[in-house]
Amino acid sequence: MSKVNRATATASFSVSLTVGLYGVAFGAAGIAAGFSLLQTCLLSLLIFSGASQFAVVGILGAGGSALSAIATASLLGFRNSLYGLRLAPILKLHGWRKVVGAQITIDESTGVALGESDRGEAAMRQGFWLTGIGVYLFWNIFTLVGALGAQALGDPAAWGLDAAVPAAFLALVWPRLLGNFERQLAISAMLLALLLTPFVAAGVPIIATALLAVAFGWKVRR
Amino acid sequence: MTQIWWAVIGASAMAFLLKFMGYSVPEKYLNNPRALRINTLIPIALLSALVAVQSFSNKSALIIDQRVVGLGVAVLALALKAPFPVVVAGSAIASAITFRFTN
Repeated sequence: MSKVNRATATASFSVSLTVGLYGVAFGAAGIAAGFSLLQTCLLSLLIFSGASQFAVVGILGAGGSALSAIATASLLGFRNSLYGLRLAPILKLHGWRKVVGAQITIDESTGVALGESDRGEAAMRQGFWLTGIGVYLFWNIFTLVGALGAQALGDPAAWGLDAAVPAAFLALVWPRLLGNFERQLAISAMLLALLLTPFVAAGVPIIATALLAVAFGWKVRR
Repeated sequence: MTQIWWAVIGASAMAFLLKFMGYSVPEKYLNNPRALRINTLIPIALLSALVAVQSFSNKSALIIDQRVVGLGVAVLALALKAPFPVVVAGSAIASAITFRFTN
């Protein structure tokens, strides 16, 4: 790897630290949902994709099945496939580098890599690796910190952890609610999920709203 | 094996498979315009549904409790462009205070 550009390194580090800190919220959410310390930390080490991880603990915590948790997490993780598609010709990965590179292909590493495109492909590759590895380290350290903290606290409701999880989801979806079209979809999904909740198994109301996204996205947007 | 372990293993395997697929599958299979459009909408639907269910249900019952106060604070914080930790912590504190007064 050629000499690391200072601006690229700064961007990568600040993104890594800021995003990594969110790991505290995930660690606490895992414990609040009834996952053990090991299970909570494994989710961060192995899934390593925030929205998917929150979905797994959210659905299991609400009494949903493993299958609906896996399906929901996978639908949320599909965008990482598209990031890989975009990055493959730039990173040109083979062998073990392809395995490691794939694991750290997330919103942030892709975002920084694409943001460095003005500085050339070498800077894009540096941005990808520095951010991916940086977020991986901080996210996992802070997951452990959050999980240990939540274990020490006791009853999740007494500390507001039961409200912190939906707040985290809302913060994740908020930047995507740019137009009326997206807001209509969000409100429709909320209503559909609540309407279904009394009648079907936990977890199913969540995954069912993917059909709404298909319906909304089927026709070309006006 | 508990449901939690199955979910940890299954979701982890799927997450890696999806990431790896991007580097391995020919572009034409993933790059359909309709699929791409739907892909940007799916997280909006799923995350919104999670917000609603996690805020207003307990098992299969719909209820309103301290969490609605937390959600209100989160909406307010986001509308004021507060950073993520402030949104989450503000929501937790508001909900915890409400819990103390109502239980």
